[in-house]
Amino acid sequence: MEPIQVVFLIGAALVLFSAVMVVTRSNLIHAALYLILTLFGVAMIFVLLEAFYWAVIQVVVYIGAIAIMIIMAIMVTRDVTGEEHEPFNKNVIWAGLLGLLVVVTLVWSLTFWPQFGAEIQQSVDSQNVIADLGSQFFSGQGYLIPSIVASILLLAALIAAIKIAFPIKQEEED
Amino acid sequence: MGFDPVQIVAEWLRNLLLGWGASDLLTEVILKFIGAFLVAAVIMLVFILLTWVERKGAARFQDRIGPNRVGPFGLIQPIADALKMLTKEDTRPEGADAVSYELAPILAVFSVLMAWAVIPFTETWIGADLSVGVMYIAAVGSFGVISVMMAGWSSNNKYSLIGAFRGVAQLISYEVPLFLSLLVPVFLARSMGVNSIVEAQGQGGVWFIVMAPLAAIIYFVSALAEVGRAPFDLLEAESEIVAGYHVEYSGIKFGLFQAAEFLHSFTFAALMSILFFGGWHGPWADQYMLLGLVYFLIKTSIFYLVIIWSRLTFPRVRIDQLMNLNWKFMVPLSLILLMGMPLIDYATRLTDNWVRVAAQLAFNLVLAAIAFGMAARADRRQNKRERVTFEGRPVAVMPKAPAAEEETAA
Repeated sequence: MEPIQVVFLIGAALVLFSAVMVVTRSNLIHAALYLILTLFGVAMIFVLLEAFYWAVIQVVVYIGAIAIMIIMAIMVTRDVTGEEHEPFNKNVIWAGLLGLLVVVTLVWSLTFWPQFGAEIQQSVDSQNVIADLGSQFFSGQGYLIPSIVASILLLAALIAAIKIAFPIKQEEED
Repeated sequence: MGFDPVQIVAEWLRNLLLGWGASDLLTEVILKFIGAFLVAAVIMLVFILLTWVERKGAARFQDRIGPNRVGPFGLIQPIADALKMLTKEDTRPEGADAVSYELAPILAVFSVLMAWAVIPFTETWIGADLSVGVMYIAAVGSFGVISVMMAGWSSNNKYSLIGAFRGVAQLISYEVPLFLSLLVPVFLARSMGVNSIVEAQGQGGVWFIVMAPLAAIIYFVSALAEVGRAPFDLLEAESEIVAGYHVEYSGIKFGLFQAAEFLHSFTFAALMSILFFGGWHGPWADQYMLLGLVYFLIKTSIFYLVIIWSRLTFPRVRIDQLMNLNWKFMVPLSLILLMGMPLIDYATRLTDNWVRVAAQLAFNLVLAAIAFGMAARADRRQNKRERVTFEGRPVAVMPKAPAAEEETAA
């Protein structure tokens, strides 16, 4: 077995284990910490694919921002330690079956993908990859329209968030 | 290139291991592990020295002598401190969340040490010359935030939780101007690789402080906030929340948090010298590589001393001042800077190199003048509205002269 395969198996096992822990922990903070471990494992798999940029983005966006937001949100909820609630209810079997179905469908449909089982392309010049990515986002032939639409959407969300965050002026005071 | 001892030792070790019959891959893995271990160990040793610098510097600023009993100039004092820290009782509060509690200090140090993987000490002494080095530094920094959160929550203490909330609010807020100003050197060097940024400031280029002084200032201030030191030490404000998120930690675990804080400052000092002050560049550094190491360390030490200086000089800011400074001043300013500098660059693309540098410098200075002027005006207006109108109560009344008392007695 190639060493890179060993590393991949460790990473994949880490992701699977921590993902299962995320949904089975009754302590919400523990679940969130396992979620961070899952995201870190995914970043590790990006590194194995030599996609350093995506690995770093994965960590910055998901661990640095979203996981922190989740933890902050959890801390202001009730019953963080999960002592009052059971993590499972009677729908656990149906949810499990549905999850299994999704996995089987994904794997089955991926086998039709031409790149399935292909070798990793070694020694990709990632400096050029980032430059290509950047020019693709801002060229007419590339993804200019989608990136502008996404930017406007994000800007609108940002402005709305600022609007909501402003203190509501009382009518009586004016 | 010149004399490179690390290269020679690495070659010797590689040949030795290959001679013993190890495979190419195993040799490579062993050498990488040794390299990583050396960088981490040296940085942790730097921490021991930094505590001495901090104590001695603070003493001098406060007109004291500082540690002077153990060893020459008290140089052995940090070793004694470290031993004391190691032998202290290791406590865990009742009801603490064991795993998070134990993991948090390790994660704090981890997030700092990881950044040193991409920091070039000299032209060739770099752990991994990643093409996304700057992004990587930003990414590993986010583990520090998680460690603060874990420590604060798992301690089962109100003060540490409040400290953690404050800390996270401060850290994720100041990450915004930090990253935005980090992008200015990236744009100027046309690369996200840390070593490429240093090289772009060498032959034919100028240090980026000349082209983007405003970005350097924004970077430095947000770095100060990011390490959570005075004047931004709200997350461990002693007078308000005891000691913040690490109030329950004792012994070596507290030591690890302290190490993380000191090394974080040191890392930001190193990044400051790399991103804006040419890293290992300096006179004759191209011929003699080890001279580059000396330049890098000198620049880093200067910025570390500036961090200590600002810590000991400025009073702590209030939380609203902290947030106002960030969201109403530094974030808009760094956004304008980041949008304006490429425009200037594009407008001057056909001119000489010095014209481009001068144009960038002029843009930075004008923007800084406008921004600081507006901030000063807003500050004056704010102060006028908040001016205290009641008569000040007497704090200390000068006692009557004894001679006058004698006269009345007589």
